[in-house]
Amino acid sequence: MSTAGSWYEATARQRLLKLLDEGTFEEFIGPEQRETSPHLSLFDLPEQFDDGMIVGHGRLEGTRVLIAAQEGRFMGGAFGEIHGAKLTGLLRASREISSMPVLILFDSGGVRLQEANAGETAISEIMRALVDARLAGVPVVGLIGGRAGCYGGGGLIAGCCSALAVSEQGRISVSGPEVIETNRGVEEFDSKDRALVWRTMGGKHRRLIGGAEILADDTMASFREAATHLIKRAPPLDAVTLEAEQSRLEKRLERFGRCEDARDIWVSLGVADARSLPALAYDDFVVLANRLENAPYDAR
Amino acid sequence: MEHLNYHHIAPSRAKGSKRQAIVGVVASGNLEVLVERTLPDTECEVNIRTAAEGFGDVWKAVVADFVERRSPGGLKLSVNDGGARPDMVALRLSQAVRAVGDQS
Amino acid sequence: MMTVLDTARRARERRLQAGVQYAQGKRVARENATALLEAVIRSGDRVCLEGDNQKQADLLAVSLAAMDSNKVHDLHMVQSGVVLPEHLDVFERGIARRLDYAYSGPQSTRIAQLLFGGKIELGAVHTYLELFARYYIDLTPQVALIAAVSADRHGNLYTGPNTEDTPAIAEATAFKDGVVIAQVNEIVDTLPRVDIPGDWVNFVIESGTPFYVEPLFTRDPAAITETQILTAMLAIKGIYAPYGVARLNHGIGFNTAAIELLLPTYGERLGLKGKVASHWALNPHPTLIPAIESGWVKQIHSFGSEVGMEPYIRARSDVYFTGPDGSLRSNRAFCQVAGMYACDMFIGSTLQIDLQGNSSTVTADRVAGFGGAPNMGSDARGRRHPSNPWLQAGKEADPGRPAPLRRGRKLVVQIGETFGDRNAPMFVEHLDALKLAEKLDLDLAPVMLYGDDVTHIVTEEGIANLLLCRDADEREHAVRGVAGFTEIGRGRHAGMVQRLRTRGAIRRPEDLGIDPLDADRRLLSARSIKDLVRWSGDLYEPPSRFRNW
Repeated sequence: MSTAGSWYEATARQRLLKLLDEGTFEEFIGPEQRETSPHLSLFDLPEQFDDGMIVGHGRLEGTRVLIAAQEGRFMGGAFGEIHGAKLTGLLRASREISSMPVLILFDSGGVRLQEANAGETAISEIMRALVDARLAGVPVVGLIGGRAGCYGGGGLIAGCCSALAVSEQGRISVSGPEVIETNRGVEEFDSKDRALVWRTMGGKHRRLIGGAEILADDTMASFREAATHLIKRAPPLDAVTLEAEQSRLEKRLERFGRCEDARDIWVSLGVADARSLPALAYDDFVVLANRLENAPYDAR
Repeated sequence: MEHLNYHHIAPSRAKGSKRQAIVGVVASGNLEVLVERTLPDTECEVNIRTAAEGFGDVWKAVVADFVERRSPGGLKLSVNDGGARPDMVALRLSQAVRAVGDQS
Repeated sequence: MMTVLDTARRARERRLQAGVQYAQGKRVARENATALLEAVIRSGDRVCLEGDNQKQADLLAVSLAAMDSNKVHDLHMVQSGVVLPEHLDVFERGIARRLDYAYSGPQSTRIAQLLFGGKIELGAVHTYLELFARYYIDLTPQVALIAAVSADRHGNLYTGPNTEDTPAIAEATAFKDGVVIAQVNEIVDTLPRVDIPGDWVNFVIESGTPFYVEPLFTRDPAAITETQILTAMLAIKGIYAPYGVARLNHGIGFNTAAIELLLPTYGERLGLKGKVASHWALNPHPTLIPAIESGWVKQIHSFGSEVGMEPYIRARSDVYFTGPDGSLRSNRAFCQVAGMYACDMFIGSTLQIDLQGNSSTVTADRVAGFGGAPNMGSDARGRRHPSNPWLQAGKEADPGRPAPLRRGRKLVVQIGETFGDRNAPMFVEHLDALKLAEKLDLDLAPVMLYGDDVTHIVTEEGIANLLLCRDADEREHAVRGVAGFTEIGRGRHAGMVQRLRTRGAIRRPEDLGIDPLDADRRLLSARSIKDLVRWSGDLYEPPSRFRNW
């Protein structure tokens, strides 16, 4: 069995260090600065020295990059005031520097309830800073494959990125499974049916439906390869791109809007055995996905 | 939240030349340890912030045992604890000393 | 003139006659299930309702609980497991009054409430094997309500992978003038194989849906901690290796799951393949898949099955017990016996251990019963055939006795972290079981394993070998010596512990050449459920709750 590092198992720090060229990472506002949340102690909750967000710069295959990584195991990777501010600051800096791509290692359930206002504000500040960076020509690439997935505000931010790589274990959505079940009933969405959750929001489905450019394997090496590839192929953020994206989304809704389940979408895409798609090994899936592709998803 | 602080004389200086390191994650049953090489060679300090109150005796014993085994002279260890068990605490403290013991 | 004692036989005839109106041959329609039970069961009867460890006769449970308590009341329930809510509903509704059982894990809180509240008259809490034994002596059921996968028109039954307790129950009932009623998923023309002969079965009800099965033996490798890995390393190097344990039983838990996953990696590194862990009394643990695939395992006999493992088992008939149809055949009674007499070691976890090594999983407000652990975790004094581990343990326990008269000892190992859930210490002065005994006025405190059967205790602090302890004082200090930073551990006498360590009655990781920092998750041959699926060649189909893909 493979002993290559699992992305899913790793901490944010481990992912970041394995992704970048060895010894090249330098952290901004590191844990020794002790920039912690000003809110959590009010709730008798423990803090983390980096508030669950690591930012800094390093090299990826020799290319200088700016990088941010969320710790999905601290407060579910959720955005708080400091956590969000660090990412906002990184993205604003990237616009000024303008020559370095940005990598965002998402692992987030959304916004912290305890810091709701600050968190929501941070989401919108991040989205604006991200768009400004892209307008200045900076590629912003998202990598998703952790326990918390990429939900809520995180999902919105991911949607603004130049490109995304996601693993099979990764999930991308806005509303979470429990929220959908609470609001729409268990017949509509049974949040305990994990096969359903991954079918609907998981990496393989996102790859097939155009929610992510690349399906990465759950290894450091695979994410590294995906990131290297995507930072070189970021489309410009201009009217042409946006109109193409609008058109793609309209056609997608028209084509799949009446489907009851992801399997119906896969069948419609031409997958011969939709039932066994989740079990399909990585290499086989990649071949299948590339074969099914009808239009490139260069529309972010 | 409980704040605990322990100051010890350490048998010898902790190996290595790295100035700081960090291990672990703050989550249920887990903890992070930030270790900084900021003290004189024979001193060691452990600062703990924990949400699990009333375990002072246990922390004291764990830290004393850790100092005796791992000789963390010169190190200040700062802990954010998410309610980890003593064996996990002992492990992370040891991992922190090992992490800062690598050559930088 | 000779007196013929056949009262019971004639009574059975009357019961069968009463039930015939609902049956076509042996077949009774689902909607007549409650009416059938009301006709066949008499107030005060001993009824065995199949609530096994995993398999549940759920349709029959619901039908029993729906009976009119004016018609049938004050039943004496004798069953392995109190698992479904209906198992306790019958007591709330006055349908049943008295209970003899073995395991109540899922209902441990509610059963405690009913016991304290006087709604249940408790016979006794047993181990599985004891209960089966009493089915043949003084607790024989008048009516047995069992579950099978399918039946044919003659009432032959296929019980399949989850055969579990059924043969023991059905034989006792059928041959002592009882009535056997089976719920089956479906009635077919030809069964894959015959597990229970139709002669033993009086009525068959087709439920149309599969009976409920609890997935109990699946442990997610992702949840295994470094400390659990450390205890696993200690167990393998400090016990499996020196005693040469080839035949064994693992209790369910994360520590033993870690051992299973460490065999192909750490065990291999130690050169132990072929020398240990080859013959097992064990349910089909998914976490043993890597060891099986790596050639460690010759043979496994199982108490029951495990959800999702069936296709894998079919493809590994060299290892598992399977019928000519290819599916698993389990048998709890025989597997319990195998664990007692044909295995040299039991290793499992517990909630509390006291200073004499007595252990218990009982807390003051939850009554979980014993299941099968006390059988696995006891020295079988009726054993006569020798083996190296058994003789070696016997020698350690009683070095002074002449060898030809010195029988061996089963290795009984308790393994766990010094602090458990919510930082509750594993080591205590007084077991909560004592409080429970007082509350329920029991003759005996519900002890899972007795200290004089326990041979070793393994924690992250080290291994205590109780065989090498000469008296209660030494035993107490061996326990304290591995009790870590618990109050019990901190109360140790350093000098005593050092003496025990010199003798080898306590061994620390460093004494075995193990650095706790080496206990890394990378040592696990599988680190996720997905890894297990890959190891199995995609044959293992984990239940939905374990998926993250």
